[in-house]
Amino acid sequence: MPRENKLDKEKMVVVEGSYAVAHAVKTCRPNVISAYPITPQTHIVEDLSQFMADGEIPNCEYINVESEFSALSALVGSAAVGARCYSATTAQGLALMHEVLFNMSGMRLPTVMTIVNRALSAPINIWNDQQDSISQRDTGWIQLYAEDIQEISDMTAQAYKISEDKDVLMPAMTCMDGFILSHVYEPVVLLEQDLTDKFLPKYEPEYTLDPKDPLSYGAFADPNYYTEFRYLQEQAMQNALKKIEDVANEFYDIYGRYYGGLIDEYRTEDADIIIMAMGSVIGTVKDVIDKLRNRNVKVGLLKVRAFRPFPADAIRNVVRDAKVIVTLDKNITLGLNEGALCTETKSILYNTDINVPVIGYMLGHGGRDIKVDTIERIIDEAHEVIRNGIKTESQFIDLREEIL
Amino acid sequence: MKSLLAPGHRGCAGCCDAIAAKFALMGTGEDCIVINPTGCLEVMTTPYPETAWDVPWIHSLFENAGAVASGIEAGLKALGKKDKTKVLVLAGDGGTLDIGIRSISGAFERGHSIIYVCIDNEAYMNTGVQRSGATPYNASTTTSPAGKVSFGNPRPKKNMPEIMAAHGSPYVATTSIGFPKDMINKVKKASEIEGPSYIHAHSPCTTGWGFDTSKTIEVAKMAVQTGLWPLYEMENGEITKVKKIGKNVKPVDEYLKMQRRFKHLFTMEGGAEEIAKIQAIADKNIEDFGL
Repeated sequence: MPRENKLDKEKMVVVEGSYAVAHAVKTCRPNVISAYPITPQTHIVEDLSQFMADGEIPNCEYINVESEFSALSALVGSAAVGARCYSATTAQGLALMHEVLFNMSGMRLPTVMTIVNRALSAPINIWNDQQDSISQRDTGWIQLYAEDIQEISDMTAQAYKISEDKDVLMPAMTCMDGFILSHVYEPVVLLEQDLTDKFLPKYEPEYTLDPKDPLSYGAFADPNYYTEFRYLQEQAMQNALKKIEDVANEFYDIYGRYYGGLIDEYRTEDADIIIMAMGSVIGTVKDVIDKLRNRNVKVGLLKVRAFRPFPADAIRNVVRDAKVIVTLDKNITLGLNEGALCTETKSILYNTDINVPVIGYMLGHGGRDIKVDTIERIIDEAHEVIRNGIKTESQFIDLREEIL
Repeated sequence: MKSLLAPGHRGCAGCCDAIAAKFALMGTGEDCIVINPTGCLEVMTTPYPETAWDVPWIHSLFENAGAVASGIEAGLKALGKKDKTKVLVLAGDGGTLDIGIRSISGAFERGHSIIYVCIDNEAYMNTGVQRSGATPYNASTTTSPAGKVSFGNPRPKKNMPEIMAAHGSPYVATTSIGFPKDMINKVKKASEIEGPSYIHAHSPCTTGWGFDTSKTIEVAKMAVQTGLWPLYEMENGEITKVKKIGKNVKPVDEYLKMQRRFKHLFTMEGGAEEIAKIQAIADKNIEDFGL
C-alpha cells in the first residue's frame, strides 16, 4: 500500500551517500566490521573507521582484512559467536567472496553487507551497473535495491531486522548504485539512534559457538541430508517475503518513512505500460512518467526493492491489467541476451492467467548514463508493442553502433 | 585427562589427524573454539548428524581458517567473552601452506590472539594423496608420482614456521605427534601467550605415506631422529629451544624405507644419489639447529 513518506525537513543534513550508510550502520550497533578497500565502496568503511577512531561505536571490533574473501570469512566466524556483523564491497570484491556467500547463507548466519554496485572486469571499469550483485542471485542472500540515499540508509536497519529474524536467518545484501548514490551529496535524515534502538532489538541468536554448550557448525551433509538443508534455505527465503513487508511497515510506524516493501508502485493504477526497474534509475523513470502523464500517457512504475526473494505474487498483482511490461536491466545473462529482471518477470507470469507481453532493455552498463530521452524512446517502443505486438523481446539500448 | 575428541569418528586406523587433534585439545583445555578448514579431520569427525567434538567447532571453507579465526576472536572481544576462551585452528598442510596462506598471513600480521596448529601430513590426503607445498623432496604422490624419468616430488618442503616467525609471531614451534608431551606442552604454552602463535606438527599419514597402521608414532619419531624434522621453539623470531638428538641420530634411509612413498628410491637407478641428497637435508638441519 503506497504511503506518504514523512521526511522531517528539520532533521535533514546534506551528506555523501556513503556517509549516510556508515552512519546507519553505526546506529545499528554492530559488533564486528570487516573492511577492505575497493572503489566505489571505500568511503563507507573509511567513515566507519573514523567513527571507531573517535570512539563512537561501542562494543565493536574493526578488522582491516587482507582481501574481500577474508572480509566475509571473518564475519562467518564473528556471526557464529553471536556478533552483529557488517561489511561492504562491490564488483571484483563481491566476486571474490562468491564461495563464502554460499557458505554463510548455508550456515544460516545473519549479517548485512552493503553492495555498492559496479561493473565487472574485463574490461575493468569502476562505474555503476548491477552485474555484480545480480550474478550472486543464487547464493542464498537476501537482495534489496535502493532508489536513493535516504532509502539505502534506512534499508540498513531494515536488513538487520529481516536477516536476524528467527524464521529467516539468512544474510542480506543492501544494494546501492556506485557513484550515483555512494558519492553524491544530498539532503537526508540520518538514521536516528533513539528510533533505531527502538526498531532494532539487540541481536540474541539462539545458537552460538559457546564452550559451555559445544555445537558443531558446518558439518558435511551426505546425499541423505543435503537436500533438506537446501529446502530449508528456500523456506527461509519464502518466510523473508512476508518479513520484508512487515519490517517496512514497522519501520514506517517508528520512523514515518516508507519506500515500499517487496516492491513499490508509482502511478500504476490505470497504467497500460508498466516499467519495472531497480535502483537509482527509478528517479529518472518517475520524472519521465510525470512528464508523460501530463500528456495523458498511461504509464506507471513498478519498483523492485527485493530481488531475492523474488516477489512473484506482488508483481503479478500489479501487472495483471497492463498491456505491456517493460523491464530495465543494468546487467545481462550472456548467452540469453536478457537481463535478470526480464527473465525472472517472464518466468513468474508463465503458467498463470496473466497474458501481458514483456519486453526487456539492457542499459546503463559500466556507468553509461541513462537519459530521459532513452526512457522516452523505450516508452514509445512499448506503445508500438501494444499496437503491433513484440518485434524484439530483449535488446541493448543506447549501443554506440559506430564503434562496433 | 578427558579427551575432547570422542572415539568412534571415521578416521583410518592409526590416523595422525585424530592423534594431533586430541593432543592439541589437551594443550588448550575445554574452554576453546576450534576452527577446522576442509580436510580429512573435518570430514571424518562431522558426518551430519554426528560429531566427535566435545568443544564448539566450526568448519567454513578450505582457504579461510585464518580469517574465520580472526572473526571469532574479534567477535568474542566485542561481546566481552574473550577473557579465557582460546581460539584454536586445526588445519592441514594444504589449507595452511598453499590455499590458506593469504588468510593465515593476514590473521598473523593483524595480531589476533589465536593458536594455529598445522597438522602436516605432507600432502592432500583427503582428496587422495596429491602433492602440497609441504610434500618433501622425492616423495611419490598421486600428482608427483615416481616414474621412469621422475623421482617424485622435485622440491623440498616450504619452510612455513620461518614464514610465520617473519610475521612477528611471538611464538612459533615445530612439534611431532611422535612426542606427545612436547606437542601438548607447546600448545599449552601457545595458549598462554597473547597474540598469534603457530605450531607446526609433523603428522605421518598411514594411508598416504604407506606404512602399517600400527607404526604412526614410530614413523613420526624416526623423522625427528634422522634430523629431517627438527623440533624447536622460536620466541619473537629467535630460536630459544631445540630438542637435541645427539648420539641417537639415525640415517635417513631408515626413515625412508619405512614408507611406500619413498620405495622407488631403493629400486630405481640413481636412487642412492637421491637418498644422499635427502641425507644432506637432514645433515644441514643437524648443523643449523645444533641437533
